Amino acid sequence: MIQIATDISFGLLGLGMLLTLIRIVRGPTLGDRILGLETLSILSIGLIGSYAARSGLTLYVDIAISLALLSLLPTAALVRYLASARAVK
Amino acid sequence: MTIIAVVLVLIGSAFGLLAALGLLRFPDLFTRLHATAKAGPLGAGLIFLGIAAGSADPLVAVRCALGIVFLMILSPISAHLLARTTVRAGLSAPNITSIKNIDNSRRH
Repeated sequence: MIQIATDISFGLLGLGMLLTLIRIVRGPTLGDRILGLETLSILSIGLIGSYAARSGLTLYVDIAISLALLSLLPTAALVRYLASARAVK
Repeated sequence: MTIIAVVLVLIGSAFGLLAALGLLRFPDLFTRLHATAKAGPLGAGLIFLGIAAGSADPLVAVRCALGIVFLMILSPISAHLLARTTVRAGLSAPNITSIKNIDNSRRH
């Protein structure tokens, strides 16, 4: 039963990643692309989590936690670049 | 407990899809932040809750609670950082969202 549920969950999250990729490609400003990157990392946390629920390997929970901790880092770095783009504009 | 885990994982992934749909469909960076910064961590947190419900180990439940806490702390921080920098730098899309309560003279 958890197999079918995680199959559906993989489908939903994969569709979400596809929509996020469309926004990253189309996104009119740099902020939209940064937000898309962050959404992509959160969706991949959900993907790793549902694989942990499927396989019962709790090692993947630790991987998801560390990805959640690291998801702030590229956003902070790119926002720093965005703040410096004010001088370029 | 398996039923609860299945329902929580399904609801969580549906929230993840809704976050991505809001990111695609909303007209502006700030409305997109409104969609993804709330629905995304909620979906991932519900999936963590589903793992905690599915496994009988209390240590796994503690780790899942830790993951939820990290998500709930870090996602508003990064959303606020992005929104504030966009407003301060004047890089927002023209006049879709009206912003009236930002004091631009204070720059920390």
